[in-house]
Amino acid sequence: MANPEEIAKALETEFKDAVLDSNVKNSKFPHVVVEVSRLNDICKFLLNDDHMAFDFLSAIAGVDKGDEFEVVYIIHSYLRNHSFAIKTRVPRSGPRVPSVCDLWAAANWHERETYDLMGIIFEGHPDLRRILLPQDWEGHPLRKDYKYPKSYDGIELRRDDDNWPDPGDKELYE
Amino acid sequence: MQATVDRLIAQLPILQEVPVWAVYLVWMIVVGAVLLATVSLIAGITSWVERRIAGRMQSRIGPNRVGPNGFFQWIADGLKCLFKEDITPDNADWSLFRVAPYLVFVGMFGAWAVLPYSARIFAADLNVGILYVMAITSLVVIGILMGGWASGNKWSLFGAIRSSAQIVSYEVPAGLAITTAVVMSGSLSMQGIVKSQAGPMGILGWNVFNNPFATIAFFIYFIAAVAEGNRTPFDLPEAESELVSGYNTEYSGMRFVFFLFAEWANLFLIGAVTTTLFLGGWQGPFANPDTWWGVMIGGGWFFLKSCVFVFILIWLRWTLPRLRVDQLMGMCWRYLVPIAFVCLLGTLLWMSILGQRAFFGVIKMAAGVGI
Amino acid sequence: MSALNTDIWTLNMGPQHPSTHGVIRFLLKTDGEIIEDADPDIGFLHRGLEKIAELLPYAGFMPYTDRLDYLAAVNMNWGWALSVERLADIEVPLRAEYLRVIAAELNRISSHQIAVGSLASDMGAFTPFVHAIRDREMINDLFESLCGSRLTFNYCRIGGVSHDAPEGWIERLSDYLDYYEPMVDVFNDLITNNKIFVERLKKVAPISAQKAISYGLVGPNLRGSGVKFDLRKDDPYGIYPELEFDVPVGLGYHEGELGSCFDKYMVRIEEIRESIKIIRQCIERIPEGEIVAKVPRNLKPPEGEIYCRTEAPRGEVGFYVVSNGSPKPERVKIRTGSFAAMSTIRDLARGWMIADLVAIIGGFDVIAPELDR
Repeated sequence: MANPEEIAKALETEFKDAVLDSNVKNSKFPHVVVEVSRLNDICKFLLNDDHMAFDFLSAIAGVDKGDEFEVVYIIHSYLRNHSFAIKTRVPRSGPRVPSVCDLWAAANWHERETYDLMGIIFEGHPDLRRILLPQDWEGHPLRKDYKYPKSYDGIELRRDDDNWPDPGDKELYE
Repeated sequence: MQATVDRLIAQLPILQEVPVWAVYLVWMIVVGAVLLATVSLIAGITSWVERRIAGRMQSRIGPNRVGPNGFFQWIADGLKCLFKEDITPDNADWSLFRVAPYLVFVGMFGAWAVLPYSARIFAADLNVGILYVMAITSLVVIGILMGGWASGNKWSLFGAIRSSAQIVSYEVPAGLAITTAVVMSGSLSMQGIVKSQAGPMGILGWNVFNNPFATIAFFIYFIAAVAEGNRTPFDLPEAESELVSGYNTEYSGMRFVFFLFAEWANLFLIGAVTTTLFLGGWQGPFANPDTWWGVMIGGGWFFLKSCVFVFILIWLRWTLPRLRVDQLMGMCWRYLVPIAFVCLLGTLLWMSILGQRAFFGVIKMAAGVGI
Repeated sequence: MSALNTDIWTLNMGPQHPSTHGVIRFLLKTDGEIIEDADPDIGFLHRGLEKIAELLPYAGFMPYTDRLDYLAAVNMNWGWALSVERLADIEVPLRAEYLRVIAAELNRISSHQIAVGSLASDMGAFTPFVHAIRDREMINDLFESLCGSRLTFNYCRIGGVSHDAPEGWIERLSDYLDYYEPMVDVFNDLITNNKIFVERLKKVAPISAQKAISYGLVGPNLRGSGVKFDLRKDDPYGIYPELEFDVPVGLGYHEGELGSCFDKYMVRIEEIRESIKIIRQCIERIPEGEIVAKVPRNLKPPEGEIYCRTEAPRGEVGFYVVSNGSPKPERVKIRTGSFAAMSTIRDLARGWMIADLVAIIGGFDVIAPELDR
């Protein structure tokens, strides 16, 4: 069982220039930020190395940080009983991240969901299509600049200006 | 039946004015109507009994509003279904869709014509009674296939295919078990089979007690009959959790009621045929066919035994899960058919060695009892 | 048989179906009864909970977590409360911790009752489901006197629980456990040891432990494959470290395959017994005290993020919360067990029959709101 500092140190020694930032000391959410191009190699190392043995990919979360997207991979190890997280950052204009489907089978649907709701494209994914929203939905809802559509498939989104509960959110709707 | 009509014509001179065929025709219609009414009543009451027993088994009450203890619930349901809108899906094959429920009903109802309700109470005593029952109940398969195909719905077709495979397969062990009973009774006619099971106290002569192979054949026949009636644990064709009612998904209103009707009346029919073949039909204590009150008591025994089977069928339905299609077919072809063959051969051997003896070879049967 | 012209049949196990445990759609391609491809189409119950969380203050999101998995509402509430409390460093009073454990384990029992009952009902045995519901009604009554609601409890608050146990509630709870513990054996006699039921399930769709871990299965689905991992023991939270209980694991019961549907079902039955044990220990040890900590009305956790997981009846539920110092979270990601289970079904169902697909879905105990959030 390794504590987060040891894991970060092992990653830094193994992949010197790929690790951009690490936040492991006394952190509630110990993680390292890695270069997006080396993501696949790093994940392979984390999965296959004996001391790391991160066999369980818990979640892939996309976070909208303004001009870039953050993709968070939360991983755990049953063998060694430790947890960790990896983050990468991709620019908003071209969010492309290599897929880790061949490493963890769980990644398949998590990446589809992140693509569906956040619009991040995972290269190398065998079947990247929308999962929660209908196939002909436009837009990616979890983005901060998402505008709700006026109607979908003939159903209108009506709102009653006077009775809307929180007038401050008016700018969300077009 | 012909004898009855002839006696009637002899006693009522007014009927001799009318041509004979007309009297026969009217008599047949009257008997058919009486049978139809009886079957309807039995089907309706069975549905009420089933719902109450199911409720009791599930720690709940069941229908209790319409009439005393919900006794008229089935009348209310029947009337409701009469007034429901009759929907025919667009994709459906119009004529086949409409005919299917009637075929299923006729297949079930035709068998009631030969049931030996009592020594003197029966509609017709064909000399190939049991063969006729097997043949007419096979019409049900055609009806189900029609219903499934003509619904224009892939899930209905699924249910119909499963059902036809199941019913056709289970005809084989059923037929073998029936042959076992026929061999023991020496007659194909239903009344003949019952009469051959006369014995002390009316019980010891039953076919099920004739020899150990016959006891096994009784169980095989009962299982096969449950499978032919599409009841749980063999109700995969109407598996509610997968196929939403299988071949009768697209039916509504009166047509749907026909399917259900056929199923409930079939419960009693299964019981009736099983008791005729193996449990002595109307034979029982005090059921002496010579006296009129003996005949009535015999009718009562027949009814009672059939009702016991109805209860067992309801009990099985609400307790057991259902078998998967390949397990179902495997059980038929790999277990029931070989065992049924063994039973048949065993009975033949037993009878050739020990002759016509009842109750596991203990009681010597009088010659001539049987045909 | 290659001379026969056989086609692959495309069937739609549509969103409305009696046995898909919610609104889930499968596009089946079958060769007669045998499935070639079962493509799940989910999202019918997608309500955008993660987006809604960005609009609400932290305490205001609590009722929404009820609807995340309505059969195990307290566990979902607890997950959210735990995440925010860890993020904002809020200390929960001891009595509240005990009440949380009691409510969560009671909810686990009622969720498993529905899970095993509905698997039995999918297999065609209608009676065990009704018996399970009958026993579950009493749990609903207990919850009604505790927090006023029978299904979506909204019981936890940030920093504690919402209501204290009323007068006599602990005695009623104890009576219920005394009544229910032998009923589990009655239920087992009725359906669990029934040969037809066992034969339907014991060899269906076994998953090896390796595959289960790779697919991200959690909870009873994972334990059914033989992996002895339970968050309450291996990554504990609340007062679980002080409680004694076992973690049931699938063993290939009744000479079936390890990791089959029957193993998962048995794990749930055994977990009901373990939950009863846990509640009994809590009833003995529960102290007096406050039920909720003093939390500012306008809670503004410090900037940062956290990922916090708790053991819900359908697996671990993880909340990844990103806070930017404002009263509303910046991003909430909810990770549920049913999502992973559903993703397994496409590869798992190949080669099995349609009747087995129903068994697989029931064995995984997938529930649509948790799947789609």
